[in-house]
Amino acid sequence: MSIELIIGLGVPIVLIIVGRVVGARIERAHFENIAEREARFRNQPALSSKRFAAPVAIRSAELACGSVVVSVDHFKRFVGGLRMFFGGEVRSYSTLIERGRREAMLRMKESHPDADAYINIRMETSTISNATGNEGMGTIEVLAYGTAVHYDRGP
Amino acid sequence: MILTNIEIVPGRQIVQHFGLVQGSTIRAKHFGRDFAAGLKNIVGGELKGYTELLQESRAEATSRMVAQARELGANAVLNVRFTTSSVAQGASEILAYGTAVRIE
Repeated sequence: MSIELIIGLGVPIVLIIVGRVVGARIERAHFENIAEREARFRNQPALSSKRFAAPVAIRSAELACGSVVVSVDHFKRFVGGLRMFFGGEVRSYSTLIERGRREAMLRMKESHPDADAYINIRMETSTISNATGNEGMGTIEVLAYGTAVHYDRGP
Repeated sequence: MILTNIEIVPGRQIVQHFGLVQGSTIRAKHFGRDFAAGLKNIVGGELKGYTELLQESRAEATSRMVAQARELGANAVLNVRFTTSSVAQGASEILAYGTAVRIE
């Protein structure tokens, strides 16, 4: 076997294996971290509607934003690439979207941690292309924004 | 300056409307960040350099929108929206827009 073939075939395979092993570990840690942080906001509802029945008058309202850029690992990119050849649901990318949305929502909440509720929440997703214009790199930006409201609890 | 993405400021009356205000910025990533992101891409996860870049751009677009509202004499911007669109390879435009009003 020529050295070129070993390098040409070996490097991508090594990257895919590294992506599979390290990427899965990072993803698991990220989901654990997200679940832990979400638990802290259990009593602060986040709604996608503009109006809601506030139990008391609202004292203040402010814009809250949170965003994150996440990407998939090499293994999932490879599996996703195969799936795009055969068609069908690309399951390897669904955890990417979920990670992005939940993380962006959390950052929005963490920007106003003492709010009583978050209303009119909007989610925006956009793909990030690299400098060569390659859009299929599996990198997305998720922005979550809404209005953080504080209840009037008297003087 | 009060910003919200609902049509009102709870508990306050709107006394004057100034119409639409907007702010936008177009940013490109620089080579160093692209390179670091390329390495991070192998294992996946958050690309902090890009997150920061887009947050800075969004803050810039928002401050331009606020400056425009202030010039009109407004003290609040309601119904704020954000959009992102790519205008060229590796560059994206971030737009923030809303309705400038004066509240009592």
